[in-house]
Amino acid sequence: MLPFFAYVGIFLIIPTLVVVIAAFLDGANRPTLANVSELAEPYIAKTFWNSIWVSAVSAVIGAVLGALLAYVVATGDPDGLVRTTVSSASGVLAQFGGVTLAFAFIASVGPAGLLTTWILGAEAAPTWLLSLKGLVLVYTYFQIPLMVLVFLPALDGIRPQWREATETLGGTAWDYWRHVAVPILTAPFLGALLLLFANAFSAYATAAALITQGAPIAPLQIRTAFSSEVLLGRENIGKALALGMVIVVAIVMTLNSMLQKRSSRWLR
Amino acid sequence: MTTTRRALLSSIAVGAALLISACSPPSNESSTSNSSAAAGGGAGSSDPKTATSAKDLGGMDALVAAAKKEGQLNVIALPPDWANYGEIIKAFGAKYGIKVNSAQPDGTSQDEVNAVKSLKGTDRAPDVLDIGMAVALANTALFAPYQSEKWADITDAQKESTGLWVQDYGGYMSVGYDSAKVPAPTSVADLLKPAYKGRVALNGDPTQANAALHGVLMASVASGGSLDDISKGVDFFKQLKAAGNFNPVQASSATVKNGTTPVVFDWDYLQLGHVKDVPSWKVLLPANAVIGGYYAQAINKDAPHPAAARLWQEFLYSDEGQTLWLKGGARPVRMEAMTKAGTIDKAASAMLPAVSGTPQFPTQAQLAKAKGMLATDWAKAIG
Repeated sequence: MLPFFAYVGIFLIIPTLVVVIAAFLDGANRPTLANVSELAEPYIAKTFWNSIWVSAVSAVIGAVLGALLAYVVATGDPDGLVRTTVSSASGVLAQFGGVTLAFAFIASVGPAGLLTTWILGAEAAPTWLLSLKGLVLVYTYFQIPLMVLVFLPALDGIRPQWREATETLGGTAWDYWRHVAVPILTAPFLGALLLLFANAFSAYATAAALITQGAPIAPLQIRTAFSSEVLLGRENIGKALALGMVIVVAIVMTLNSMLQKRSSRWLR
Repeated sequence: MTTTRRALLSSIAVGAALLISACSPPSNESSTSNSSAAAGGGAGSSDPKTATSAKDLGGMDALVAAAKKEGQLNVIALPPDWANYGEIIKAFGAKYGIKVNSAQPDGTSQDEVNAVKSLKGTDRAPDVLDIGMAVALANTALFAPYQSEKWADITDAQKESTGLWVQDYGGYMSVGYDSAKVPAPTSVADLLKPAYKGRVALNGDPTQANAALHGVLMASVASGGSLDDISKGVDFFKQLKAAGNFNPVQASSATVKNGTTPVVFDWDYLQLGHVKDVPSWKVLLPANAVIGGYYAQAINKDAPHPAAARLWQEFLYSDEGQTLWLKGGARPVRMEAMTKAGTIDKAASAMLPAVSGTPQFPTQAQLAKAKGMLATDWAKAIG
């Protein structure tokens, strides 16, 4: 177990402790609450709200569309082409993020993108992709495959015998969904939704490549705090921002694990 | 969890916490290292690491020999199309046979300082820095004092007294535009017209980058504000955004070339670089709103190649280096001295855009006030 603890210690515990401790230190390493109280400033509160909004919307869209796609895959032939293709594609696309994803979208639907110039002409140069709405679209690109990956086992856990039992007892499809499938699937669905939320909330590289004006979400505010050559000495405010993000994600993941405990009862 | 495992985990956590507090940077390292470096200046050590002028090493030839022996130079955040740095790096490498490793060309000044701190002790650490004045003044503890041969040509206001940082080149904030795509603006206020819809961009975010900060300052002065009050500039960009004219894309050579950003607020020397890609690119220096800014050179105190770093400074401040900057459209810091001595390249200096009105240089206090306002209000204005 020691190599595992060493790995987790170096890459998870120590950075988290650095962030948590430094959020309460000022430039001269004396304890202070100034960094954390800066989080209450309206412009930072707005960025946290934007972050939560973007993450929530992309998580909901990704969850709904991903669940539908997973349902199509789960009810198909277990060895068929659809299932193998979608499963392997989801495995790859769930991790397709960052600069490469941002470039793919900029090159196709960005201000000078291929589709944009083809449909709207070279003079139009619309910039909606570089705003929060564009960010939601780009995030759903990896949220949907992630949802398929996470939700497919839950759908596979629904045994066909339950459907047969419902029909034998005289129930309709609506009865099956309302009384059997939805109650069983609610907990894994919500758990996956929370996972998608945490995934989008902490995404940095994609947003950094797309949005260079205004730092509208929390990870980009952290970038400004650390690499701005205009506002100097705000590294500890950046760490306080990171602490805020850690708290939000910790709440979300706690809810997720509570839901997982509930859902695993049914899938044994 | 067994008792031993719990004890192990808690001791790891406590140990980590102690390690972190021990590793936190000490608070006041600037005063001690500064004074010792200043006291040692001119003492004639022959170690390139502590040499404060070429004389210390026994003359330029000794410096060149020491630099050639090191064989390499690490530079950072020098885009090849920024004030002709591409040619400067090539010329330096060709003249002295020293390999120049150029890292992170799109970095900011703060990224340079971060690299100095995090790469300390390795041989990839940056040897020399070209940074904005704010970052230079805040990080003098990281620099080594050095006075190049042309030290006397630079006015006292443009250098630190022992040579920790020396201003190198500067320019004026301008509005560049593609005359083939948009009508020629005669003032900053013209940019609010519908002909510029979705076309006006900044070189970065003013809360992040120096160039964008001065762009907003220039818009402020041109809209009736002053260097002490950047709010008119923020209002101007708010109006620009409301009219749909503001383009949030980061302006760069690539976006200028493909036509995404036909109007750009940027330093005049960077605008001249765009003329190569877009022959119809023109530059407007708004009348009575000429805001100037100079950048500064510094040498990393713990440079892995100290002699090469000092030779780089000598090269940059020599007539050859200053002329290369002039060719890139920047105003080299020795421009006045060179014009008096007649060594200035007349053709290159004629290419600089015409200035109408007295240039104003914001002080650090004015910049600090502007930054404070931007930190809270910029995101709201263009969000």
